[in-house]
Amino acid sequence: MEYFVQQLINGLTLGSIYGLIAIGYTMVYGIIGMINFAHGDIFMLGAFAALIVFLILTSFFAGIPVALALLVMLIIAMLMTSLWNWTIERVAYRPLRGSFRLAPLITAIGMSIVLSNFIQVTQGPRNKPIPSLVTDVYHFGNITISLKQIIIIAVTAVLLTIFWYVVNKTPLGRAQRATEQDRKMAALLGVDVDRTISITFIMGAALAAVAGTMYLMYYGVATFNDGFIPGVKAFTAAVLGGIGSLPGAVLGGLLIGLIESLWSAYFTIAYKDVATFALLAFVLIFKPTGILGRPEVEKV
Amino acid sequence: MAQSPATENSGLMAQAVKEALVAAAISFGLFVLYVGIETYQDINNALVWRTRWGLLAIFVVIAAVSRFVVVGFIKPHLDKRKRDKAKAGIPEVSDGKTFFQRNFLKLALVGLLIYPPLSVMLAGTQGSLKYVDNFGIQILIYVMLAWGLNIVVGLAGLLDLGYVAFYAVGAYSYALLSQQFGLSFWVLLPLSGILAAFWGIILGFPVLRLRGDYLAIVTLAFGEIIRLVLINWTDVTRGTFGISGIPKASFFGIWSFDVGADNNFTKAWGLSMSSAYYKIFLFYLILALCMLTAYVTIKLRRMPIGRAWEALREDEIACRSLGINTVTTKLTAFAIGAMIGGFAGAFFATRQGFVSPESFVFLESAVILAIVVLGGMGSLTGIAIAAIVMVGGTEVLREMEFLKHVFGPDFTPELYRMLLFGLAMVVVMVFKPRGFVGSREPTAFLKERKAVSGSFTKEGHG
Repeated sequence: MEYFVQQLINGLTLGSIYGLIAIGYTMVYGIIGMINFAHGDIFMLGAFAALIVFLILTSFFAGIPVALALLVMLIIAMLMTSLWNWTIERVAYRPLRGSFRLAPLITAIGMSIVLSNFIQVTQGPRNKPIPSLVTDVYHFGNITISLKQIIIIAVTAVLLTIFWYVVNKTPLGRAQRATEQDRKMAALLGVDVDRTISITFIMGAALAAVAGTMYLMYYGVATFNDGFIPGVKAFTAAVLGGIGSLPGAVLGGLLIGLIESLWSAYFTIAYKDVATFALLAFVLIFKPTGILGRPEVEKV
Repeated sequence: MAQSPATENSGLMAQAVKEALVAAAISFGLFVLYVGIETYQDINNALVWRTRWGLLAIFVVIAAVSRFVVVGFIKPHLDKRKRDKAKAGIPEVSDGKTFFQRNFLKLALVGLLIYPPLSVMLAGTQGSLKYVDNFGIQILIYVMLAWGLNIVVGLAGLLDLGYVAFYAVGAYSYALLSQQFGLSFWVLLPLSGILAAFWGIILGFPVLRLRGDYLAIVTLAFGEIIRLVLINWTDVTRGTFGISGIPKASFFGIWSFDVGADNNFTKAWGLSMSSAYYKIFLFYLILALCMLTAYVTIKLRRMPIGRAWEALREDEIACRSLGINTVTTKLTAFAIGAMIGGFAGAFFATRQGFVSPESFVFLESAVILAIVVLGGMGSLTGIAIAAIVMVGGTEVLREMEFLKHVFGPDFTPELYRMLLFGLAMVVVMVFKPRGFVGSREPTAFLKERKAVSGSFTKEGHG
């Protein structure tokens, strides 16, 4: 039982990271109906920004409090990825809006290749390890919870609350939902559609940066191709939860995190990704639009 | 329009300068951390950093200058040309094609047939290896894969992001069966295709109800599952070490290309020992396989099943209401696409002599899909051109030794191969969203066959 609870906590931590990335996929999909393949690499850029900021901070201010360092890393990583995602949307996706469906998918895959290779060329192909930032560990009976895990789960919870508030209660969120439902009608009613879409990309990127920083803090290492596997998993999470649905993305993320850690704990670690993908295929056979997705209405 | 040309021009220049400054600011923001600062491990293996302001400045200046040129010169020029065209009215379409245009396909085929002897003549037996193997065979493999995927994506309109899985199935089928049972290439080539088609149907069944992006992610997941199984099922596949020593194909069993064999090709013909002959044989083999794929695709498009695929792509509901069985239609598309992937896989295994899961990553699927879309989905010629441009272009980059003299001996052009590949994907798509060849040849027509614009064909939902 204790072992199970322990794995549950590990899974929840991992799931929080996936959930944060998955929101970026699902929001962009909801609003312009494209798979932003480069989103996983935006997450990787976030992790690298946090890593570089961490190195600069520790070399200039040796005794900086950890909380402050984390906060600075988070903010700069969020700014960095926001700027990148905004630029990418402007350069690679906006010219293709209204073009056929596969064109932005191909540019997104192209952007993904560009971003990971850009980091490989500029920062080198090797693993980048950093010393552990947060080392505190708490024991409850036989269950161990590290402060890292608490920070990740808490930050995710806080961000999701803010995010939920923005989407559901603010004029900006209303504009986003209106654009999602009917872009042309929203534009006719005075919503600045281009700006709304840009802000959606920025919000997704900021959440990915948080996920990247948390990932760096949790694993203590970053590589140029770190974007792919978490990106695919987060995308799987978004689809599993029902792409376009925000609670679905979080639910899917948590579910995938849990499956991964429970499968590695009770079965073999080698096939944990196979288990994740098989579950996705299995769920989609019975619910083709994901767990919380709206059924697609076919119109003639 | 009251402004005099001079003030209009200075206004334009002022705008160009403004936009250039904005571009400089943005690119500074984009690159300040990733280019301006370099992280590396010192002697103690601790991660440290140093600045690279010079490189950052180069990046920013390039961004600013190119923005200035685009806003100040290229864009007004293009606008002017567009306006002139509009003023001149609709230009007359000239129907008279040149000799080259009319016989393009025949010329291309003749060119491909004489390509290996030509490269032997020009570069010598050993020198031809590079041209025949690295360029010829490499590009033709991608042409074949892209034509195979074209059946699924371009004709049936089913978005498949895991096509490389079938390529892997074909390659491993050949590698394992030839090593375990000693079967020859000519027995295993069709068998690999059949096995891959079988896996295509296995994938097809669960995804029949899925549409669009749900289909995309499940096919991607399927591709990853196959790769992960290949990595982890070490008893059979030897995991990441891969399978080496895969037998070579023989000349229909008459001559062997193994060095020690009695009926060795070079011995039988009294030629000097060289692997170039095997490569030339492989070149013609893959060329024949490509031609077979093209022939099958063209024929199928005129048969009921091909028409059903294209109908499915255009409108699934209309298809169902007309009594087309969408289940078998989708499954045959998956199966035939997969079979071609399987053939290509078997060929790949015999050409490399070595297979490992490394060759079947998602990036390969992405590259093949990119070639299909960049070529203009559904157009065989366009896809072949896209494969030559994209694969050949990146191969050429490997050869650019002279760049070392420009950028110093540390410069490795290979490092920039995928970076440029990705950039090319973005640039081509932004400027030619319909691909290189934007017209389609209809298979059903009244009286006269007219090529229509690719914009009139849909890309399907499934």
